[in-house]
Amino acid sequence: MSPERVSTGRARRLGEADVDAIAVGAAILGTGGGGNPYIGSLRAKEQLRAGGVIDVVGLEDLAPDAMVVSVGGIGAPVVGIEKIEKGDECLEALRGLEDYLGRKVDAVVAAEIGGSNSIEPMITAAQAGIPVVDADGMGRAFPEVQMCTYFIYGHEPAPAAMADEKGNRVLFTRVKDMYWLERLARTTAVDMGAAAGFALAPMRGDFLQRYAVPRTLTQCLELGHTVAQARRERRNVVEAVRTSQGGVRLFDGKIADVRRELKGGFAVGRVRLDGIDADAGAQAEIDIQNENLVFRRGGVVEASVPDLIIVLDADTGLSITTEVLRFGLRVSVLALPCHPLLRTPEALEVIGPAAFGYPDVTYRPLAAEGSPHATVPR
Amino acid sequence: MIRIGIDVGGTNTDAVVMSDRTVLHSVKTVTTEDVMSGVVTALRQVLSEGAVAEGDVDVVMIGTTHFTNAVVQRRDLAPTAAVRLGLPATASLVPMVDWPPDLREAIGNHAYLAHGGHEFDGRTISELDVGELRRIGQQIASHGIRTVAISSVFSPVNTEMEQRARDVLGETLPGAHFTLSSEIGRIGLLERENAAIMNACLRDLSRKTVTAFRDALRGAGLDAPFFLTQNDGTLMNAETAEEFPVLTFASGPTNSMRGAAFLSGIKDAIVIDVGGTTTDIGALVNGFPREASIAVEVGGVRTNFRMPDVFSIGLGGGSLVAGDPVRVGPQSVGYRLTQEARVFGGDSLTATDVAVAAGRADIGDARQVVSLDRGVVEAALETIREMVERAVERMRLTPEPVPVIVVGGGSILVPDRVGELNVIRPDHYPVANAVGAAIAQISGEVDRVFSLAEMPRDEAVARAKAEAIERAIQAGADQDSTQIVDVDDVPLAYLPGNATRIRVKAVGDLSVA
Repeated sequence: MSPERVSTGRARRLGEADVDAIAVGAAILGTGGGGNPYIGSLRAKEQLRAGGVIDVVGLEDLAPDAMVVSVGGIGAPVVGIEKIEKGDECLEALRGLEDYLGRKVDAVVAAEIGGSNSIEPMITAAQAGIPVVDADGMGRAFPEVQMCTYFIYGHEPAPAAMADEKGNRVLFTRVKDMYWLERLARTTAVDMGAAAGFALAPMRGDFLQRYAVPRTLTQCLELGHTVAQARRERRNVVEAVRTSQGGVRLFDGKIADVRRELKGGFAVGRVRLDGIDADAGAQAEIDIQNENLVFRRGGVVEASVPDLIIVLDADTGLSITTEVLRFGLRVSVLALPCHPLLRTPEALEVIGPAAFGYPDVTYRPLAAEGSPHATVPR
Repeated sequence: MIRIGIDVGGTNTDAVVMSDRTVLHSVKTVTTEDVMSGVVTALRQVLSEGAVAEGDVDVVMIGTTHFTNAVVQRRDLAPTAAVRLGLPATASLVPMVDWPPDLREAIGNHAYLAHGGHEFDGRTISELDVGELRRIGQQIASHGIRTVAISSVFSPVNTEMEQRARDVLGETLPGAHFTLSSEIGRIGLLERENAAIMNACLRDLSRKTVTAFRDALRGAGLDAPFFLTQNDGTLMNAETAEEFPVLTFASGPTNSMRGAAFLSGIKDAIVIDVGGTTTDIGALVNGFPREASIAVEVGGVRTNFRMPDVFSIGLGGGSLVAGDPVRVGPQSVGYRLTQEARVFGGDSLTATDVAVAAGRADIGDARQVVSLDRGVVEAALETIREMVERAVERMRLTPEPVPVIVVGGGSILVPDRVGELNVIRPDHYPVANAVGAAIAQISGEVDRVFSLAEMPRDEAVARAKAEAIERAIQAGADQDSTQIVDVDDVPLAYLPGNATRIRVKAVGDLSVA
């Protein structure tokens, strides 16, 4: 680490309780995908118990020429709860990138704060002995590599590196554009068993300061505390999450059917809901590609990407990831507005409904009343 | 139809005899160390006092918390080896990593990682290494371990690796029990593996217990078929129960909640079931136990069973009261309550003694506790009140007042109000568990691979559902009460023809017509 390029004076050192809270918040921001953070949180805590240190620095702590690399897992979430990591896949990918660049990186950052990819950079940071930045490239989870602000706002897609548990390291030295990076990385990930470590986008500090979604690790931590406090005070957790994030309650229902398949390395599916309570008699559907993409009530679209569609257990308010959705569960569906960086015309081209194969769905931004993003300047 | 429901808890063995939907008679007896003689006593007593002839009994249903209690109290657990196939993957989290350390130690903390396992698409992660497994087998043998849990990555999709590993290990461990994770759980390696390991460590106990049940029924002169109740309130036969004791884990709370709903006629409530060793708190929603949404912990271990959402605390009639400041539980005298509690002339100070000393109950000989330190009694009662209130608060999800139904033999420990909530004690409340067992449901299951090239998924699921319902009816379920409770499909991407494994479970009330 180069102290002059990352100032660690104000770093927040995470303990096991912080890891647990972040996992709860990250599961909510994961909008059903991003990998189940439970496994990640156990791994992070094992790192801490082994003497590892997780220091979180803010975007403002980065010097303009600091070099920050984004790390995370790539694959299908259902694989993540079954084929647990060897443990150093992301570190191996990071080392691959460093070898190619001929220098050490100064810090790591998440590409995706939702799900287990919020925690993966924390683990890599502890293993590599460098800090992790309080930011990410989505403010949520998305299924594909190009769907992060780093690439949307023009960062070069190469170099990038992948590694698996078997000792394979794959380096992308020249990639035509971000869509090709997604295609090549996805094929590689599928070959590696639909789970691999990924290190990408070696970025300068000043680039991140402009284009990263800020303070999202802190947001996860706060969400985790909101849930814990609401549970402690016996308040409705779903409402607590909704009000703290400025969201909209879409539907309360029971899962009538879950259809899921692994297609091209993604978990693709559709969930049908039968309404309960105020929604009794109504029906709704959620389309999934790793994450929840589109919500329809009675066939009419009420929320879509890039806004966040979140499925919570109706009783406990805990997030339910798409791989554990099952027949008969009682759920509440919430929508939260996404960060303004995700709503620009250039962003919507990459992460709007049409980019997910819904050309007929027009994105209508959710009202951001009370949202922590409402006052964030672009 | 005459049916008997028995609940064998750590402290009490309860029995009810029912004619269709009417409780004819119920008894509460003390669980004996050999289990069997207590069951015989309960059976004889309920039949003679209920004036029912042995030959008129159509069926016997047994619910037991025996296996759950063993895990919660970390006793009667066999030293167990956990062998996971998946290297080089999965090395970051070894088996039992998220277990409470004392439970891990109680079964010896023997975790082994070996090569093997499948990818999501059916490729192997690495080949099974027979030499490696033999070495592991020798180590297991050298520790004198006789029961082994085997887990393998993606074994619900392909069970072959676990079976081969069992065969290899079986050569070095002749006569050992093997529990394969694929026989027990669904996708989710840690949770499935946890369930397999817990099952494995209970195999000695399950053989003894099921044999004892069989002998007890014979001893009471009954030749009716007998079943055990499992997690979801349905029945399984004795052979299955012996092989898979872990499937009974939540049957206690399920039975008590279904029994509480049946006896009280209340459909939405918090149910507190106070036994001799533990207290289970759950919620009734529309007459059914509220199901846990994601992972359920048993004795501090995460599993992914379909189970009622129950919070258990180590408080019961037999809980030991000790220390300064005063602690209540989790150690319990259990079935030795009637020898070891002060009111029964013993030396152990239990929660029951405290309740008697405070005049809340008239059990045993109250003179034995008159000289108890009032400070200790009050501190213990206060601790109990706090424990119950905190647990109820945890399970309660709305600020609106809901009724609290208290059942179980230790329910004298619960005051007449919990916080601001009213407490209801329905008729036969001490034996709600046994009533729940007696009204256990019949299930029908389908678990089969369908080729989606031959029929669309909707049709395959519809067929599986219809077949599961038909099987439930054939097994004795009342047609009108059947419903589908579980649908699960796992795409088997490695097989041609777009194959999918579909699992459906239907349940219904036992037909009494």
